Amino acid sequence: MIPELGHFALMLALLVTLVQGVLPLLGAQRNQPQWVALARPATAAAFLLVLFSFLVLTWSFYSNDFSVEYVAQHSNTQLPTLYRISAVWGGHEGSLLLWVLMLTGWAQAVALFSRRLPEAMVARVLGVLGLVTFGLLAFVLLTSSPFERLLPAVEEGRSLNPLLQDPGLVFHPPLLYMGYVGMSVAFAFAIAALLAGQLDAAWARWSRPWTTVAWVFLTLGIALGSWWAYYELGWGGWWFWDPVENASFMPWLVATALIHSLAVTEKRGSFKNWTVLLAIAAFSLSLLGTFLVRSGVLTSVHAFATDPRRGIFILILLAIVVGSSLLLFAARAPKVSLGGRFALLSRETLLLVNNVLLVVACGAVLLGTLYPLLIDALGMGKLSVGPPYFNAVFVPIMLPLLVLVAAGPIARWKHAEIGPILRRLWPAALAAVLAGAGLPLLAGEWHAYVALALALAVWIAAAIVLQTVERFKTGKPTASWWGMQIAHCGLAAFVVGVAMVSTYEEERDVRMSPGETVTVGGHTFKFLGVHDVRGPNYVAARGSFELTKDGKPLRTLYPEKRNYDTSAMPMTEAAIDAGLTRDVYVSLGEPLEGEAWAVRVYFKPFVDWIWGGCLLMSLGGLLAAADRRYRIRVKQSAAATAAAAGATA
Amino acid sequence: MNKFLLPLGIFIVLVALLAVGLNLNPREVPSPLIGKPAPDFSVPRLHAADQSFSPKEMLGKVWLFNVWASWCVSCREEHPLLVEFGKTGTVPIVGLNYKDKREDGQRWLARFGDPYLLSAYDADGRVGINYGVYGVPETYLIDKQGVIRFKQIGPITPEVLQNKIIPLAQELNK
Amino acid sequence: MKKPLALAALLCCLNVAAQEAKPLAEDPVVEQRLVNIATELRCLVCQNESLAGSQADLAKDLRREVRDLIKEGKTDTEVKDFLVSRYGDFVLYRPQVKPQTYLLWAGPFILLLVGIGALVAYLRKRERQVADTPLSEEERQRAEALLKENQS
Repeated sequence: MIPELGHFALMLALLVTLVQGVLPLLGAQRNQPQWVALARPATAAAFLLVLFSFLVLTWSFYSNDFSVEYVAQHSNTQLPTLYRISAVWGGHEGSLLLWVLMLTGWAQAVALFSRRLPEAMVARVLGVLGLVTFGLLAFVLLTSSPFERLLPAVEEGRSLNPLLQDPGLVFHPPLLYMGYVGMSVAFAFAIAALLAGQLDAAWARWSRPWTTVAWVFLTLGIALGSWWAYYELGWGGWWFWDPVENASFMPWLVATALIHSLAVTEKRGSFKNWTVLLAIAAFSLSLLGTFLVRSGVLTSVHAFATDPRRGIFILILLAIVVGSSLLLFAARAPKVSLGGRFALLSRETLLLVNNVLLVVACGAVLLGTLYPLLIDALGMGKLSVGPPYFNAVFVPIMLPLLVLVAAGPIARWKHAEIGPILRRLWPAALAAVLAGAGLPLLAGEWHAYVALALALAVWIAAAIVLQTVERFKTGKPTASWWGMQIAHCGLAAFVVGVAMVSTYEEERDVRMSPGETVTVGGHTFKFLGVHDVRGPNYVAARGSFELTKDGKPLRTLYPEKRNYDTSAMPMTEAAIDAGLTRDVYVSLGEPLEGEAWAVRVYFKPFVDWIWGGCLLMSLGGLLAAADRRYRIRVKQSAAATAAAAGATA
Repeated sequence: MNKFLLPLGIFIVLVALLAVGLNLNPREVPSPLIGKPAPDFSVPRLHAADQSFSPKEMLGKVWLFNVWASWCVSCREEHPLLVEFGKTGTVPIVGLNYKDKREDGQRWLARFGDPYLLSAYDADGRVGINYGVYGVPETYLIDKQGVIRFKQIGPITPEVLQNKIIPLAQELNK
Repeated sequence: MKKPLALAALLCCLNVAAQEAKPLAEDPVVEQRLVNIATELRCLVCQNESLAGSQADLAKDLRREVRDLIKEGKTDTEVKDFLVSRYGDFVLYRPQVKPQTYLLWAGPFILLLVGIGALVAYLRKRERQVADTPLSEEERQRAEALLKENQS
């Protein structure tokens, strides 16, 4: 009975989102306050209904209700409670329900925190979100209901893929979806502004904190996924250019362009059309990612069990949502004013260059991801596009961006001059050259690639220091200023991590008997032996390795080889000693003759800077989104502007 | 022309591509060996370890080369079809017992029927690699000159047999 | 109490016996080349892992085959050709430059040129337009509204 309640709640939610999607939009267009007033209650009702349905599914997992097919396929009684709950989003149907829950959650958040916005605007934003939710709910109900019954019920469920029985799965999908779905808010603001014919600085200011917060979630979600792959897959890699990774990276690139472009639109009223287009593109790419992951058109390590009906449904949804948005854009964009004037060299121009580079990078990733499909569709055979391609084309596009990151915040709005920029940045340039020449020698052999990367990182960091010193002379900086600098610092740290680990990492594959040692990157592992350990639903062979550096013991590491009761594939659990300047990483391979084991050890210098950099970027985003100016009441002037624009529309 | 229609245009092309892509199977990799001479090899036979088999022996005949193994689940699926087809005598079928234990392979054939003229025994999978085998079962149709004319990846279905293999074999036999 | 003691005794003996573990591969030089080649090749069975990382049976066999080819003194290109002639271009993670892939390899740089071209054209055009256009009706009204507000 309880699962049917969840199903019923979803059907009710479908009706409610239809109301939420149609009436407020019409009301705002025709000036009908009663219809406009429906927006908030309908949003709240949709959110509560979907939340209820989600909790019902969670309860089915918690109570081991194997009469629900989805539960029977993704859980079993031996699964620890934490993973029983995270298994809710361990498969297609449940993760889609999580998607919808977050969509209604974001809409509810907009409804709560938009008291200062004009009612018509709020109604339009919530209406657009309502329509998108309606489409996705229809998708869930028609093709992917998690509440389908399995009759007769089975005694025991099939359990969750052991790869997914990890704290990583508890946090990675929710964070990633928060980011993906959060792009819908920027999208809804953009469509609302286009509908109202009111594309102005006020619109940019309203949607900016939402976009930034969604971007923070997306950054954290991607970084966590990367870290998870690093420690869980046991190969020590952190990014594989897998189609599904690309599907999350493309919206990130466009969202990064968008938060920069929104800055110009808010402060200077320029690039409005471009900003709107980016907002549409960011959400479209989120939907495209959902399509790529769930339709089976591309093979990926992440692929869900596929069903062609689902692919067709999402493709139609994508075509309707994005097609109509772009049509609306084409109709409204020609009338939008150009905004403030600026010179060829100005912060506006530099931010536009940033946007061009990020969008081109996104285009390159899209091209590489879809190219095998294109060639296949044209009947020209099958080919693969993998990491060597992406590294070869992506890095050169990003290099100029790293050069400009230092100069952008220094250039003045409207009109900048090359002289003062150079005068202020020459110490940073000097530091960069010295760093490029010297630092790689400290780490090992000098390579042009790592020298360039370190020089760029120091260039960015030194420019930030210079700006901070100058800024304090003129008064206390704002939170959003700090946010920008910290995020850029994160980028520098990320570059250091990538360059160092890809150049100086060391790897050894050895056969070890107890008592033997292996040394990698100055760290010595001594193998103490393997003993069996019983986990909640697996048996593990746990190795003990004593880690020493220069004869001093550091700690003992316990990598495991797990055999889950429900799976034939043994799982490798690497053991990692993480540190600020290096990780050392050990994983057990196969047992060999006697007490010997195949063992793989890695030395990974600065690898944690990759995720540390992403954390700094996210922290910067949070600070920027928390800036006071988004919380103070919309100035009367903005309201007056809106009224004036409304009068002409 | 309204230049703001450009994004919509790009998007329509993208959707068209994805729609076509939905009907393709990304897991199926076509073989580059079609139209090329079947790679030569010489390995022992499954039922007679002292005798060897080489595709050269089949020159002048149109024949079917079927890669199978006792551990392969989908082989069970296609096997009855092969047994039936073997009875018609349209073309001889040679098996390649791929990465199997000799006894297991023999027992499997004894249990489910043996449609093969003979089975070659590829213990270490080297012959398989030369034929580009990546998912058992796989089946090749080879003509009188020893050229591979058709390859089926995965189990043969009745449709593939009726619509592709049989007509092509009859044509090659003319 | 017994266990820690035994462990301590064990550790003590091990310290004496400590010796460097042997590499898993017979020939680390061959193995290094194998890894270099195999990371650029795609495993066919698991589809989205490289040949170097995959634990599938076929991947192990193919690694063995590649190892043998390296020992025979084949170049990297010859090794890759060996696999391409059997499995097709699908196995290459770095697609060969040929007519089917011209667009793939040139695409990002064409995009970059188009992007920069469009940017320059836009900035030039904008320069002229912003200079020429007087205030639109909407902007005039907005300005008036702002002015009124400041007066009140």
